[in-house]
Amino acid sequence: MTAAATSRASTPATRPGHFETLRLDGVSRSFGGQAALADLDLTIRRGEFIALLGPSGCGKSTALNCLAGLLPLTRGSIWQDETRLDVLPPERRGFGMVFQNYALFPHLPVRKNIAFGLQMRRVPRAEIRRRVDEALRLVHLEEHAGKLPGQLSGGQQQRVAIARAVVLEPSLVLMDEPLSNLDAKLRLEMRTEIRRLHQSLGLTTVYVTHDQEEALSLADRLVVLRAGRVQQIGTPEELHTEPANWHVADFMGYRNLLPVRAGARQGAGITVEIEGQELTGTPVGDPAPGSEVIAGIRPEDLRIGPAGSTGVPATVEVVEYQGREVAVEARTDGGIPLNLRAVDRPAVGDRITVTVEPRRLLVFPADAR
Amino acid sequence: MTAINAATGGARPALRHRLAERGIDRQLLLLIPAALFVLILFIYPFLYGVGLSFQPTEGGALGAYREFFTDAYLRDTILTTLQLSLPAALLNVLASVPIAYRMRGRFRGKRLLTTLLVVPITLGTVLTAQGLLNFLGPTGWFNRTLLSSGLADAPVRLTNNYWGVFFSLVITGFPFAFLLVLSYLSGIDPTLERAAATLGAGRWQRFRRITLPLLAPGLATTFCLTFVLAFSVFPSAVLVGDPSGTTRVMSIAAYDAAYVRYDYPLASAVAVLMGVVELLVIAAVLGWRALLYTGSTAGGKG
Amino acid sequence: MAARRPVVATPMAWLVWGVVLAFFIFLAGVIGSVVVSSFGTQWFDTWLPVGWTPKWYAQSWDEFTLLPVLIVTLEVSVLVVGISVLIGVPAAYVLARRSFPGRRLLYLLFLLPILMPPITYGIPLATVLYKYGFAGNLSGVVLANLVPSVPFVILTMTPFIEQIDPAVERAARMCGAGTRQVFTRILAPLLVPGILAASILVLVRTVGMFELTFLTAGPDSQTLVVALYYSMSAAGIRAQQSIDAMAVIYTSMMLVLLVLALRFVNPTQLVARVRDEGD
Repeated sequence: MTAAATSRASTPATRPGHFETLRLDGVSRSFGGQAALADLDLTIRRGEFIALLGPSGCGKSTALNCLAGLLPLTRGSIWQDETRLDVLPPERRGFGMVFQNYALFPHLPVRKNIAFGLQMRRVPRAEIRRRVDEALRLVHLEEHAGKLPGQLSGGQQQRVAIARAVVLEPSLVLMDEPLSNLDAKLRLEMRTEIRRLHQSLGLTTVYVTHDQEEALSLADRLVVLRAGRVQQIGTPEELHTEPANWHVADFMGYRNLLPVRAGARQGAGITVEIEGQELTGTPVGDPAPGSEVIAGIRPEDLRIGPAGSTGVPATVEVVEYQGREVAVEARTDGGIPLNLRAVDRPAVGDRITVTVEPRRLLVFPADAR
Repeated sequence: MTAINAATGGARPALRHRLAERGIDRQLLLLIPAALFVLILFIYPFLYGVGLSFQPTEGGALGAYREFFTDAYLRDTILTTLQLSLPAALLNVLASVPIAYRMRGRFRGKRLLTTLLVVPITLGTVLTAQGLLNFLGPTGWFNRTLLSSGLADAPVRLTNNYWGVFFSLVITGFPFAFLLVLSYLSGIDPTLERAAATLGAGRWQRFRRITLPLLAPGLATTFCLTFVLAFSVFPSAVLVGDPSGTTRVMSIAAYDAAYVRYDYPLASAVAVLMGVVELLVIAAVLGWRALLYTGSTAGGKG
Repeated sequence: MAARRPVVATPMAWLVWGVVLAFFIFLAGVIGSVVVSSFGTQWFDTWLPVGWTPKWYAQSWDEFTLLPVLIVTLEVSVLVVGISVLIGVPAAYVLARRSFPGRRLLYLLFLLPILMPPITYGIPLATVLYKYGFAGNLSGVVLANLVPSVPFVILTMTPFIEQIDPAVERAARMCGAGTRQVFTRILAPLLVPGILAASILVLVRTVGMFELTFLTAGPDSQTLVVALYYSMSAAGIRAQQSIDAMAVIYTSMMLVLLVLALRFVNPTQLVARVRDEGD
């Protein structure tokens, strides 16, 4: 109480401006003894687009709410350059936030919704008018300014929510799964829109999603969370090609995760045995020879050869048309299901042989799930 | 460990954090006026009454209760009250089900109908009693119709006895039960019945196998609330009933003890017993309800 | 197409509509006979009174001193509504928004005054109020009527507050609004319809509440229902018709309240006072 009170008093009416770095230092949050987020260390640089990625319940929304100030931290601290932020209430941090279900004020028309934050900051009326007009133009909602949120479509509500957050020119924009309530086509449109706004307005954005494709396409850097713990932080390319463990791989589209036994080390590589065939892969995280491991392969990295060539023999079971290529589900003779892609459409029941390049086969140590 | 080290101000911030994690913080202070209010004006008087019931002028701590159970005039009020309130509540709920089932869809005049049904609830028992005395009395319109149509040769006695009170309980209780059942029924996703129809269930089977099980918990709740209304019957039992005989319900006994005989311990004992009997019935019904499915009545994702 | 469908009803439908019709005829008879009697000169063993007159209204107005009674009714209702909203809404807000140890127990505590028959706690409450000098006057009547009203406001407001998205409050904070501003600019406007509905429901219930007022009122603090009850149970002293006239005055007052109430709430809300809490 005393510590918080004095630090609050010593920063009178702080209006945190734009920062160079925002540092999360061991940020943790538990609920009734259960850790929802443990020891998150992250430094966000000005202008970055960071995505927090993970399955539901992984702690990504907890992290966002802690950053926003909507949840007090259990441990750790948040620093904006040299200012300690985590002792400030949300309204004093100067961040903008877009909520999953938009959280528009249902009793206020669009214009008033957007103007709300400016009014709270006692911005002169003429300037409010100018900035709201600009924000409305930015999200193409000029002709809906007088409507109530209930009269708008989902995509339009989303635009209002974004306009309401960016009109304040916040030092950081937080987005909590903003696209999850939209249909597929609109989601793609809004994704481009968000990236465009981020670049043209020079925003710094932290974006929470469970959709890896969304995260990969939007973010400069991704933070993958699982069970409240950071699994990996990196650029989209790093995560895509070098997932740190098989959980991250699972999330990054390595649909074939085969529990197998590791063979011997071969230089930089390691062998694994699948259906009696010895395949060479790339070890990740030091899997011990002879131990239980997980072999991770993306569907597009599995090559189909004709029956009888070297590789793992399998039978085609399901074929799905997906535009330029087809998705194939095949089963090895030993009963292991494999997901792969093909340009030429095989027929159900065809015998095929499956191969993979050593650098495309990642071998992770298995862990207790 | 780190939490304690970081908390330079001592253990207090850590404690506050721990409490906040469990959902305890200053916002809960908003509850205090309401909680204090209920404690002072409901719990305290109630306990005071319980205490009073154990301090009769004679007969030791249990004297008032002993008096209640040995005096048939007092003891029988339990039975009288239950004989009135249980059938009335049951009739109100059971009659509501088929009627509400038929009216659960949209139709013209539904709003008018439900509005008309609210009228007797707002009128309350005192006015209903006055109306029943006029309408059902020996020279009232009801008996006049029976006589002139030849359905009866002498006026049927329907007031100042059991039936007068029963009718007043139905008039105020039925609309109440009906509107509750209707709201529960409208909460059941109609696509569930359509799904059952596509699976070959007939009208009756759809009702019996799909709607009724989903409605049953709501019916239990409705029954409880209707029963509470009927159980506390007081003015109509005096006005249209036979307050010293067949409709001498517990509330009359309690009132008599307090304001006619000025025997407050006895009055408190009757009030306590009244609460106990009512809670027993409610507990039995809710106990049965706990055995039922009480989850979502929507068809899929909300 | 649907309009051209022949009206064929099953026996069950006939039965259902028959019961409904019978109920309404009964209801009309009950109310109608009071109204007719209040305007009749003499009514004995005939279908309708011998003649018509409005004199009973003037008579009951004077005899039962209805003006002060109406003023008391109004004072009691306004005070009860105001205080119960003031106490109940903050509590409903916390109950709707927060989970904390003992929440269910507290909910049960608020449920009890509504579930118990008013007589059971009314008698000890009246005794306690007498002890501290509150009974027999207006304050006692107000205090007694608050006992079921405060929980009633809490139980009607809690689901109403629950359906307001809590993210809206968080969004306001993220826009820079402090606690006071969140309350005045966001919550208050959103809560007004709910508060209005709860107030009207409490008003209807307070005007109609018999037992508690009956037990705590003195001669100068009777509300209309209680005055009506006293005049009825002392029947024989006054002309039956003047009691009927008073009953009609009471009825019309309730109907005005009802029409007012139905502008803000739907009929089911008037009775569904206890939310089914589920499990």
